[in-house]
Amino acid sequence: MNKKENAPIRIVLAKLGLDGHDRGLKVVARMLRDAGMEVVYLGLRQTTEMVVTAVEQEDADAVGISMHNAGHLTLAPRIVKALEDAGLDVPVVVGGIVPESDLEAMAEAGVAGVLGPGSSAEDVATCVREAVAARGE
Amino acid sequence: MDEKKEFRTMSGVPVASVYGDGPLPGEFPYTRGIHSGMYRDRLWTMRMFAGFGTAEDTNIRFKDLLRAGGTGLSTAFDMPTLMGRDSDDEWSIGEVGRAGVAVDTLDDMIDLFADIDLGQVSTSMTINGPAAILLAMYVAVAEQGGVERSKLNGTLQNDILKEYQAQKEYIFPPRPSVRLVSDVVSFTTHEMPRWNPISISGYHIREAGSTAAQELAFTLANGFAYVEAAQAAGLNVDDFAPRLSFFFNSHSDFFEEIGKFRAARRIWARWLRDRYGAQDERSHKLRFHTQTAGVSLTAQQPEINIARVAIQALAGVIGGTQSLHTDSYDEALALPTEDAARIALRTQQIVAHETGATSVADPLGGSDYVEWMTDEMERQAEEIFNHLEELGDGSILEGVYVGIENGWFVGEIADAAYRFEREVNSGERLIVGVNSFTEGGDEEIDLLSIDPGTEETQLKRLEEIKQSRDSDSVEKALNRLSVEASDPEINLMPAIIEAVKVRATEGEIVQALESVFGTYVEKAFV
Repeated sequence: MNKKENAPIRIVLAKLGLDGHDRGLKVVARMLRDAGMEVVYLGLRQTTEMVVTAVEQEDADAVGISMHNAGHLTLAPRIVKALEDAGLDVPVVVGGIVPESDLEAMAEAGVAGVLGPGSSAEDVATCVREAVAARGE
Repeated sequence: MDEKKEFRTMSGVPVASVYGDGPLPGEFPYTRGIHSGMYRDRLWTMRMFAGFGTAEDTNIRFKDLLRAGGTGLSTAFDMPTLMGRDSDDEWSIGEVGRAGVAVDTLDDMIDLFADIDLGQVSTSMTINGPAAILLAMYVAVAEQGGVERSKLNGTLQNDILKEYQAQKEYIFPPRPSVRLVSDVVSFTTHEMPRWNPISISGYHIREAGSTAAQELAFTLANGFAYVEAAQAAGLNVDDFAPRLSFFFNSHSDFFEEIGKFRAARRIWARWLRDRYGAQDERSHKLRFHTQTAGVSLTAQQPEINIARVAIQALAGVIGGTQSLHTDSYDEALALPTEDAARIALRTQQIVAHETGATSVADPLGGSDYVEWMTDEMERQAEEIFNHLEELGDGSILEGVYVGIENGWFVGEIADAAYRFEREVNSGERLIVGVNSFTEGGDEEIDLLSIDPGTEETQLKRLEEIKQSRDSDSVEKALNRLSVEASDPEINLMPAIIEAVKVRATEGEIVQALESVFGTYVEKAFV
């Protein structure tokens, strides 16, 4: 990646699976925009393949996925692996309802950050910035 | 009503059934309530939502609820069922039986209601996109058990418009979906006179982030849209409007919520009489179910949600609700445990039996603030109706279609949700346990977990049914359905009933309709 140092972070946001709860992801989209990032909002019912394609086409720096249906342990690792398989060094941040007991498994699966209920705009932006900064480590 | 029975306060002071001047409760425009005696005559229905795992699992829970004295069932379906997908669909992996019960074929529905007399209970089914299919299955189960469809009592949510605006569980594009809704209304009007064919729902609009006035206005506008669609399909408004019911959210701003409920009744009564020509007073009376605001529940210090739910439940009751579901305190984290659900039900019972709120109809009527708030809610709603009428060239139905297609509804809701979030973020709005008073309550609470074996059991069952059914009849029924779907003059309910009886799956029926109606894909509005 030979992007300019000061180019804004580009992040792809998506909801995976059948779950239609998009209030949180839409709020996060606006928070990240207000924090100066470029948001590619894919919306609902995205597949792993659709997210990977969007990351490639949009030359994105990060992926944010939102889940409220307890599917995070299956779907998040699948995205991480698909991005790796495509040769993309792009961190994945997960937002939604993730019980504390699952946090370790998420980290082991390579998820760069988890944002739960009550995360502030600053928490969200910082989490994405840190995940992007830590790329390639 | 027992005129002799005296109602007294806890300290022994006798109280009248209503205070203030007319129009009184039970009188047009019903701002103060749809019945003169309100809860003195009959308490609201305490209807708790249940569903998980396989049909057999939920059937056991249903029978427990009925043994405990319940007379109404309320069915939660799993995500694949809500989206019209079979359990063996690739999109269904990990979701089968997770957030509700899985139903693929008529056999699941037979198991779900096994040993329950459908002539006696009333059943609410929370389903929208595939609502016609689930209703067809319910009719088929009843008739197989010897109960005529005309004897069935219950409610189908069947409110597709709010799916495009808020909940996002749509399948087909709006217009063919509204045709299906109208087919259900027409079918139940003629053949199931005791059935409520639509529960017009603001609940999900509010949960998605709308304000109280937007919840009120979008919901009633959707109601007007269904009335216009049914009239256009040739039905007489007084033949179906008495069976329309509503479903609202009860959030934490106590007086605003009460104003909203009162305004809802007044607006509906006036519009039905003056605009849609309804003459039967039952058409004017807005009946509604209330659920406390799931979105207000915090993951932080979850026990304090019990207090939020109590206040919201009281607002629903003072607002004159006909039935109520109280959320469980652990629902920001998972589906409720049995213990949490018990506390939620007990909260309603405290409101009903200890607070005295049930002795007097519309106890806040006449309060300058509450009357002003009621007027203000109505004023804001009327502004929104004007906007939709402009969008639709005089038709609310067309205005709602335009507002869906151009992203107006989702934009309004997302703006309101973001404004709320910024207020919480800046500390301008305090949420206890979230951005203030955050000490304590760090202990983990017990959460419900769902048996991971459910999916496998359900897949095996579906496979067996597919092997044993008569595939020629299935093919014939699905062909008939596609042919009839192409002709908007034909009511699709008889073809759907035939298809479920020969064991076509929910997903196959949806696909047959999709081949004609197409699939709705939302533009990704932020």
